[in-house]
Amino acid sequence: MLEIKNLHASINEKEILKGINLNIKPGEVHAIMGPNGSGKSTLSSVIAGKEDFEVTEGKILFEGEDIEELAPEERAHKGIFLSFQYPIEIPGVTVTNFIKTAVNQMRKAKGKENLPAKELLQMIREKSAMLDIDQKFLSRSLNEGFSGGEKKRNEIFQMAMLEPKLAILDETDSGLDIDALKIVANGVNQLKSKDKAVLIITHYQRLLEYIVPDFVHVLIDGKIAKTGDINLAFELEEKGYDWIK
Amino acid sequence: MSKYTEDDLKKELETKKYEFGFYTDIESDKFPVGLNEGIVRAISKKKNEPEWMTDWRLDAFRTWQEMEEPEWANVKYKNPKFQEISYYSAPKQKPILNSLDEVDPELLKTFKKLGISIEEQKRLSNVAMDIVIDSVSVSTTFQATLAEKGIIFMPISEAIEKHPDLVKKYIGSVVPKRDNFYAALNSAVFSDGSFCYIPKGVTCPMELSTYFRINEGGTGQFERTLVIADEGSFVSYLEGCTAPQRDENQLHAAVVELIALDDAEIKYSTVQNWFPGDEEGVGGVYNFVTKRGICHKNSKISWTQVETGSAITWKYPSCILKGDNSVGEFYSIAVTNNHQQADTGTKMIHLGKNTKSTIISKGISAGFSQNSYRGLVKVSSKAENARNFSQCDSLLMGNACGAHTFPYIENKNKTAKIEHEATTSKIGEEQLFYCNQRGIDTEKAIALIVNGFSKEVLNKLPMEFAVEAQKLLEISLEGSVG
Repeated sequence: MLEIKNLHASINEKEILKGINLNIKPGEVHAIMGPNGSGKSTLSSVIAGKEDFEVTEGKILFEGEDIEELAPEERAHKGIFLSFQYPIEIPGVTVTNFIKTAVNQMRKAKGKENLPAKELLQMIREKSAMLDIDQKFLSRSLNEGFSGGEKKRNEIFQMAMLEPKLAILDETDSGLDIDALKIVANGVNQLKSKDKAVLIITHYQRLLEYIVPDFVHVLIDGKIAKTGDINLAFELEEKGYDWIK
Repeated sequence: MSKYTEDDLKKELETKKYEFGFYTDIESDKFPVGLNEGIVRAISKKKNEPEWMTDWRLDAFRTWQEMEEPEWANVKYKNPKFQEISYYSAPKQKPILNSLDEVDPELLKTFKKLGISIEEQKRLSNVAMDIVIDSVSVSTTFQATLAEKGIIFMPISEAIEKHPDLVKKYIGSVVPKRDNFYAALNSAVFSDGSFCYIPKGVTCPMELSTYFRINEGGTGQFERTLVIADEGSFVSYLEGCTAPQRDENQLHAAVVELIALDDAEIKYSTVQNWFPGDEEGVGGVYNFVTKRGICHKNSKISWTQVETGSAITWKYPSCILKGDNSVGEFYSIAVTNNHQQADTGTKMIHLGKNTKSTIISKGISAGFSQNSYRGLVKVSSKAENARNFSQCDSLLMGNACGAHTFPYIENKNKTAKIEHEATTSKIGEEQLFYCNQRGIDTEKAIALIVNGFSKEVLNKLPMEFAVEAQKLLEISLEGSVG
C-alpha cells in the first residue's frame, strides 16, 4: 500500500530524512519509534504532503502511484489520514460542521453527492459513541479549549468518520491517561481490516500494548536503524536507544 | 510539487472580476455637473417639494460650504471633486406605476441580474421592496399589506408630500444638518431614500427591505433614510447593495436616522457589496455614511452590518441611548481585500440610566487592504449603571494587509461598567494544512475559517440575508491567502 524508497527530505536546506525505506502492506500495523529529533514527525508530515518539507531524493508510492506531485488534500482523498500530534484550533467551527465539511469534500473528490444529513448524523452518533464522546462535545469549536486527551480523541473520531486506507498516528498516545488510551486504541483496532493499514509513530511502547504492531522500526538520525516485532519495542523500553547504532 | 500555489491564487484573484459588474442602459435625466444654490433649488423643485424642505436643504448647503472634509479617519484617497459630480439623476421614464407591467423592461432585467425579480419577490417572499435605482424610487411593493396595519413604507420624497408632519418633526433630529461634512452634503442634495413609520404597538409583519444601487457613471448617490418606530412597535429593516463596475470613483454619502420611541425596537441590517475597485485599487465606491439611531425609554436599536464592498468605507452606525433602560447593539463584519480601506465602527452614547450596549466587531483583512475599527463608548454623568461590552476581533490573511483598532472610552459616571476585549489572529499555514489533510481544499478551508470567525455576527442577520452574506464573504475573499 505504502512504499517508501530511499526517501530524503529537508527543511530550510537541513536534511532530516536521510534515506528511508519502508513497505507497508494492506492489513499491517507498523510502528516507528525513535528518540526526539530523529525525524519521526517529519516522516508523517512528508507522507501527508506538508509543503514546508522538500523531498530531495527518493519516492513515496501509495497504492503503486507516485504521490510527490499531489497536494495534501489530494493525498487525503486517496485515503491517507494523519492524526496530528498538535491538532489545530479553528474558532467558531464546530466539530460537527468541520467533519461534515471534510466528509462531503472527500465525497465530492470521488464524484459523489453530499451525504444526506440524516445519514451523516447517524454516522456521527455511532462513531462518537464508539469513542465515548459526549454529544455536547460535538457542538464545541474545533479543538478550542480542548484538553490534550479531547484533542486526540477528536482526531481518532475524525479518522473513524473518514475511514482512510492508511492511518498515520503521530504521537497519539501523548497526553492521554490510561482510560483514554484504551478508548483510542479500541477505536483504532475497530478500524483495522485486511485492506487497511496503520502507521503508529511513538516514543513509548505504551500504546503498542493495545494496538499490537506487526513491525516495529527504530528511526535514528533520519534512517531506519533496526526493524523487528513487538519484542523490539519492549527491548527499547528497557534499554533505551543507545545500544542501536 | 504541482500544488495550488500562492501564484495561482494571485492569478485567479486578478482575473476575478466584480461579480455584479454590469451596467444598465436606461436613459437618465441628469443634471449638469457642479453644486451651487441653484442646483439645490432645482433638486427640490424637481421633486415638487414644499418650501420648508427647500429652505432646509439650502440651510444645509450653506452649512456645508463652511465645513471641511474630515481627515481623521485611517484612510487615504484622492478627495472627490465636488464640482465635477452631477447631483441628480433619475431614470427618465418615470410614470406613476400601477403594476410591474409598466416598469421599463431594462430595469426589470437589472433586477433579474441581481437575482431579485420583483414578481418573485411579490409572489414568493415575505419581503417588501422599496427599490432605489439611481436615486429615485421606482417601485414600492406590499404597500397594501402594510397599510392595513397603518405602517408607512415609501420613498422619502413621497413622504415629504404625504406625511409632512412626521418628516418635518424627525428629519435631522438624530443626524443634524451640521453633524459632519458628508451629512451636511447629503442634507442639501439628497435625492431619495426610504421612509418608514410603524404605529404604536404594531409589530411589522415582514422584513422591510431596500435595494440600493448606484447605476450611473459619475453620479453620486445621496440616500436619506428615516425610520420611526412609535411606542411599543417593532420593525426589522434590511438594506443591501450592489453596484456596476465603473472606472471613476463614485461618491456615496448616505444618511440613515432611526427613532425608537418608548418600548420600541428597531433591527437594522445591512449587506454592503459596492464595487471595491479593481485589483490595482482603481475605481470603486467611496462610501461615507452617517447612520445613527436614538433610543427612548426601554427601547432597543440593533445595527448589524456585513461590509464587503467599496474602495473606501467610512461608517459608524451609532446609538444615542437617551431613555432609561434602553439598549444599543452593533454587530459588524468588515471585509477588505486588494486595496480596499475601511474605517468603521460605532458610537454608543449612554445618557439614560441602566442603559446597555454591546459591540461585536469582526474585521477581516486580505491583500493590501487596511481595516480599522473605530469605536466610542461614552457614558454621561447621569447614566447610572450603564453597561458596555465591546469585542473587536481581527483576522489577517497574508503579510501585506493591516488591521487597526481605535477604541475610545469616555466615562463620567463611576457606576458604569465597561469591558473591552480585542484579538488579532492570522489564518496560518498550519490551519490550512490541517484542513487540507482532512480533504478540504484551500478555498473551502478559508471559507470555513472565515465563517467560523464571523459566526457571532452572521447569526444576528435575518435568515435570507445570512445566506447571502455568507456567500458574499466567500466571494470577497476567494484566492486571498498568501
